[in-house]
Amino acid sequence: MSADTRTVIRSVLREHARLPVDIDTLGDDADLFAAGMTSHASVNLMLALEDAFDIEFPDRMLTRGVFDSVSAIAAAIAELSGDGEPSATGGGA
Amino acid sequence: MIRHRRLLLAVAGSRRGGLRVGIDLMSVEAVEESIRVHAGRYLRRVYTSRELRDCATSGGVPDARRLAARFAAKEAAMKVLRAGDEPLPWQTIGVRADRFGRPAIELTGAAGELARRRGIEALDVSLTHEGPFAAAVVVAQVCDER
Repeated sequence: MSADTRTVIRSVLREHARLPVDIDTLGDDADLFAAGMTSHASVNLMLALEDAFDIEFPDRMLTRGVFDSVSAIAAAIAELSGDGEPSATGGGA
Repeated sequence: MIRHRRLLLAVAGSRRGGLRVGIDLMSVEAVEESIRVHAGRYLRRVYTSRELRDCATSGGVPDARRLAARFAAKEAAMKVLRAGDEPLPWQTIGVRADRFGRPAIELTGAAGELARRRGIEALDVSLTHEGPFAAAVVVAQVCDER
């Protein structure tokens, strides 16, 4: 997963995740829910990611783990784009 | 009171059963923003068609206060289901009025299956909204979790 993808993910997070902290202060593996993202904000995040990457998250990926870090989101997008290993919990590079 | 006594007796008769409570607080403004930004996609991905009908104003506009209470109910239900990292589409947990007009939780699909695995035999829900917030409490009667 490219640095550009992570940059877009961070941009979407900044706009839609309602985080109480600046996303740039969080590492790629930081837990976004622990940082203050609510479940409802994760819905907005999912919809905005679908728009940004022209993908659709299937029901099997509607888990907390898919959206809990920049790395996890990147891995899910890579999987949905046919560009990475299947993963629900991140680790894509 | 009779209803409560029956519930307590049922729980007392179960070795591994008990009550489980979930609660959630929701910002009405957050729901308003989601409707404004994502419109129908947000509504269709999160709420059941029944919920959308029940939460429409007389002019057909979604009432964010009532939707916020229902989102809180979904989250409260996920807590009693101990959903963890289970994939649970939001529409598989819905709120509908029972035959007395009281709100009740309706589980379908993955949420219904998870409730069976968790040994949940009955659920009850209470909803409220006031000013900028909506809230829900869900109580589950649990027997013999598998």
